Amino acid sequence: MLLSLQVGGVAVLVTLPVAFGLAYLLARVRFPGKVLIDGIIHLPLVVPPVVTGWLLLIAFAPAGPIGAWLESWFGVSVLFRWTGAAIAAGVMALPLMVRAMRLSVEAVDRRLEAAASTLGAARARVFWTITLPLSLPGVLAGAVLGFARALGEFGATITFVSNVPGETETLPLAIYAALQQPGGEAMVLRLSAISVLLSLIALVASELLARRAGRGLHVL
Amino acid sequence: MSFDVDVRKRIGDTDIACRIEPGEGLTVLFGPSGAGKTSVLNMVAGLVAPDAGHIRVGGETLFGGGVNLPPEGRNSGYVFQEPRLFPHMRVRANLLYGAGDATSLDSIDFLGIGHLLDRWPRTLSGGEARRVAIGRALLAAPRFLLLDEPLSSLDRARREEVMVVIERLRDEMKLPILMVTHDRAEADRLGSRIVEM
Repeated sequence: MLLSLQVGGVAVLVTLPVAFGLAYLLARVRFPGKVLIDGIIHLPLVVPPVVTGWLLLIAFAPAGPIGAWLESWFGVSVLFRWTGAAIAAGVMALPLMVRAMRLSVEAVDRRLEAAASTLGAARARVFWTITLPLSLPGVLAGAVLGFARALGEFGATITFVSNVPGETETLPLAIYAALQQPGGEAMVLRLSAISVLLSLIALVASELLARRAGRGLHVL
Repeated sequence: MSFDVDVRKRIGDTDIACRIEPGEGLTVLFGPSGAGKTSVLNMVAGLVAPDAGHIRVGGETLFGGGVNLPPEGRNSGYVFQEPRLFPHMRVRANLLYGAGDATSLDSIDFLGIGHLLDRWPRTLSGGEARRVAIGRALLAAPRFLLLDEPLSSLDRARREEVMVVIERLRDEMKLPILMVTHDRAEADRLGSRIVEM
């Protein structure tokens, strides 16, 4: 269970800035190929997770493009490691996070940004003091949603980093393993209960955070 | 210090053209809805770029001849038609947004908003929000003011309040003001001169 939290937490923290950057880009910037980028980001949502996991495996294998680079520069490999599980969870959580954040960036009233600029604020200051705080509810909601998704990640993880007890055996993988063992039902029940509880806590936290950040956000 | 504006802009099917000769005091842009009065203010503030022409205030070129200063470089005090207060900041933070660090709120005592400083914008009445928006623009130490229908959607008592404020800005602070209205009585009372659009 702790491993699951670690994998999910790291996955979301690392994915968060990437997701927000992509969300901002998609919400605000017009560029050629935008539809394609949008599609690629959303692929993990619709492609069978096994395929995503297999693609990650190819990319991060010692001979793969990213794997070879990691190996030669840092001397590390993420295969069969918890870091690999976090990468898989992050990739799978990305589309959900981008969606939630994009909506919240689009919902920011651009007239407020215009007002800030007439008051002398340059673009960076407008972003940090107006755009980001006003889109915070969606950013937090997206992060918690991504965390919940990361906790439940199964297909891509087992394909990419396999099931190594103590290293990549997150909750869903442990539940699956227990199901394969005769007499494992008690274990399955316990782990499933934990899983449901964690997801529920994440969802409630998301709602509360969004509400708290959303207080007072009425544009006159 | 005065406005010298000559701009043209096509938005959709509408051609907007406006010529303001240099002159002191408060210039009223008067005309029916849809004539592009707000667009002219947006051009002077730098939020919209004209297709052609020039915008000068007090001798400094804001637009034209290859110059196009960004809004944050124009030092304008723009009071929009809707207050546009930042909803996630209290009134005090709103007022100080464009102000330097050492600015004191004393200079806007005459707006009568001292008791509102710790309130959230959504709890303000229309007249209060309007006065806070004016205060916020003034504290940014603007070189000129742009007022877009500053009296609309206010009841009679509030209108009088805000009108007195505008007269003070015009007569005591000597700020050049460009004000948009479609109300003839307002235009006649406040305007040093009236530009019809």
